[in-house]
Amino acid sequence: MKISRIILLVSIASLLIVLNSCKPKGPVGVTTGDAASKVYVAPGQYDEFYNFVSGGFNGQMAVYGLPSGRLFRNIPVFSEDPMSGWGYSEETKPMLMTSHGYIPWDDLHHPALSTTKGEHDGRWLFGNANNTPRVARIDLTTFRTAEIIEIPNSGGNHSSPFITENTEYVVAGTRFSIPLGDNRDVPISSYKENFKGSISFIKVNPETGRMNIEFQLRTPGFNYDLSRAGKGPSHGWFFFSCYNTEQAYTLLEVNASRNDKDFIMAVNWKKAEEYLAQGKGKKEKVKYAHNVYDERTHSATSKMIEEVTVLDVMEFPDIVYFIPCPKSPHGCDVDPSGEFIVGSGKLAAVMPVFSFGKIQTAITNKDYEGDFDGIPVIRYESALHGEVKKPGLGPLHTEFDAKGNAYTSFFVSSEIVKWNVKTLEILDRVPTYYSIGHLCVPGGPTAKPHGKYVIAYNKITKDRYLPTGPELTQSAQLYSIEGDKMQLLLDFPTIGEPHYAEALPASLIKDKSVKIYPIEHNEHPYAAKGEKMARVERKGNDVHVYMTAIRSHLTPDNIEGIRVGDNVYFHVTNLEQDWDVPHGFAIKGATNAEILIMPGETQTLLWKPLTPGVVPFYCTDFCSALHQEMQGYARVSPAGSNTPLKFSTGDTGGQK
Amino acid sequence: MKKLKTSTRIIIAIASLAMVSAFFVPLWQILMWAPQYPEGLEMKIWIDNLTGDVKIISALNHYIGMKHIEVSMFPEFGYMKYIVVALIGFGLLTALANRRFMLAAFTVLFVATGIAALVDFYLWGYDYGHNLDPTAPIVVPGMAYQPPLIGTKQLLNFTAFSGPDIGGWVFLVVGLAIMAVLALEIFKYPKSASL
Repeated sequence: MKISRIILLVSIASLLIVLNSCKPKGPVGVTTGDAASKVYVAPGQYDEFYNFVSGGFNGQMAVYGLPSGRLFRNIPVFSEDPMSGWGYSEETKPMLMTSHGYIPWDDLHHPALSTTKGEHDGRWLFGNANNTPRVARIDLTTFRTAEIIEIPNSGGNHSSPFITENTEYVVAGTRFSIPLGDNRDVPISSYKENFKGSISFIKVNPETGRMNIEFQLRTPGFNYDLSRAGKGPSHGWFFFSCYNTEQAYTLLEVNASRNDKDFIMAVNWKKAEEYLAQGKGKKEKVKYAHNVYDERTHSATSKMIEEVTVLDVMEFPDIVYFIPCPKSPHGCDVDPSGEFIVGSGKLAAVMPVFSFGKIQTAITNKDYEGDFDGIPVIRYESALHGEVKKPGLGPLHTEFDAKGNAYTSFFVSSEIVKWNVKTLEILDRVPTYYSIGHLCVPGGPTAKPHGKYVIAYNKITKDRYLPTGPELTQSAQLYSIEGDKMQLLLDFPTIGEPHYAEALPASLIKDKSVKIYPIEHNEHPYAAKGEKMARVERKGNDVHVYMTAIRSHLTPDNIEGIRVGDNVYFHVTNLEQDWDVPHGFAIKGATNAEILIMPGETQTLLWKPLTPGVVPFYCTDFCSALHQEMQGYARVSPAGSNTPLKFSTGDTGGQK
Repeated sequence: MKKLKTSTRIIIAIASLAMVSAFFVPLWQILMWAPQYPEGLEMKIWIDNLTGDVKIISALNHYIGMKHIEVSMFPEFGYMKYIVVALIGFGLLTALANRRFMLAAFTVLFVATGIAALVDFYLWGYDYGHNLDPTAPIVVPGMAYQPPLIGTKQLLNFTAFSGPDIGGWVFLVVGLAIMAVLALEIFKYPKSASL
């Protein structure tokens, strides 16, 4: 009995060991070979690419270097940034104005770099606000948000800010369809009847970059997800992925997933321009903000615009065509040649690639399988170049290299799949850690991809980094695509949640970077362009301090005669004309933030003192060896007191 | 009266005309590097002007109490051009007049002007480096900030270099050329073309 017991124990133990060794190992993703040397950028050396990565729910745009993955800047766009004073200084507050009033936050999903002839030109970077619909333009000489335009008649600006070949238009398609027109107070259940889609075409001035909403297309009511402009042969067209053609208005995860196919909407925007030129557009009363930052006055202005031109595509059936696309398409990407359009059905087993040439032939032959709200639906097979079979689970987005290959992200199977655009053959697949959303090949959406890398932007990091409580970092992963096989080189954490990102060669913009603002061009109405012009003026309850900052003193640094109840405006001009010498300004008890003032610039902080006393202020940017001496005092007297208005720097005459 | 070789006269004429370059190129340069300025700061001295990072250098100098550098503080920028014009004129006259004593006088005048210019530059440098504002934020006992006359010098965190710029090099070559031809005239052709 004893022996049999021992045998039994031994057998159980061996079984456990065997079973345990059969247990699949978790993902490892260790890099191989010379990965480290491929991403090593020695101290003092520059990266080869700029990578502009959307911050998602942080509302900002982050700038990284590639291949190192080093973070350089987080450019404030739609969200306040107390560090730089964005949204806190009097000059920048108008940038965040909307028809709903001042909004301190938004959700930035997609960057779009300006192009000329379909290639990166390194002038501007656009970004979308997903929540309160807006489009921003960042100037790539200053890395600052130069302009923000609100999108009226939109329920959430997701299919945006994709751009045409020569940056003629930036597009802004509504994610949610909503009731539009005069009566918007309707039952939600009247979706089919009352809800409409809206696609805005924002014209971009080729010289200044200034945006204006040229026209809007009124489209059938469902969700518009992502978009790409045609290029080369398909220039003049825009393609949008559409889901919820079921027109569900509740529990979309079930109710919007029923149809076997949704649509890719092909828009002939040149045709729309023709109708507009014939005066077919209808003016509609709306209200939206247009905010512009002026580099001369160092101030933003916000203007409300009250009219927009609308073309209802149901009335002009040759502007828009639908192409059936399996199962709630997300990505809708056009290859560098402009001939192929890749639809990525989130829930589909195949990935269709459509041919622009075939779409044109189908339109000529009226090869339609029916219509939706009067808009022709092209027969699926007639538009199809072919299907990528068994690509993976949950295809989302596709980028391209210059060698005819496509790289598609798969959220559910957490991988990147490389395939040939013409043959549709799958060439390689690599895991991502974990659940990739967007991906980026430098120049991937352009007519001339720069290639070299593909970067994955992941939603989940779990065990990839040291834990930081329940909230973990999002991350990017860099893969080499120079060989036949993709090779993981680097993980790097990102701020916010990255959605789409674009990358371009540093050589395109690095030498155009602005170093200082010439003080002689400063047209700020409250600038003090020299210490002799520093002064304090009272206008009723408003006290304007014309202050200068230069290493290492503020002028004036002693101010008396301020009273409780005053609005004190510190207009600080940085007199430096030397690169990388910003000054900061903060005053105790200010209920807003600091301001950071670049060389030659003027910025204004509003302070409302509440109690009498002497209040310190100082420079917040470690500017020089005597930075800690760069400070001053403001004396606050009770309301209605007679303390004379006085200001000075270096005056010790009254010392006792 | 001793006359000059034709080749001497041509060299003198060319050398004189070469000095016209002083109106188009900087004569002297002062370069500075510091850990915070790896790209360097430069100040170019022209016949009647200062260019380069003068404002930045002045802004930095205020820490140690050096005076703000302004073009208007240097009377030299008013009259240097007349001195150069006079030198050019005297040189051309020498080539025309064809007299050896003129050449000798021109050489002496040229060299004397050169020395005077360097002395003047040294004195300015001395004045700037020593006459410091006693209330300056940074006072290092015993420390003076006179820039080097020629060459390199360490001044606190700055490495300063001073030396001729294009125009200065032209003057140097001109000086060497006229001294060389004078020497040749005196020692190699002592009897030539004597009247």
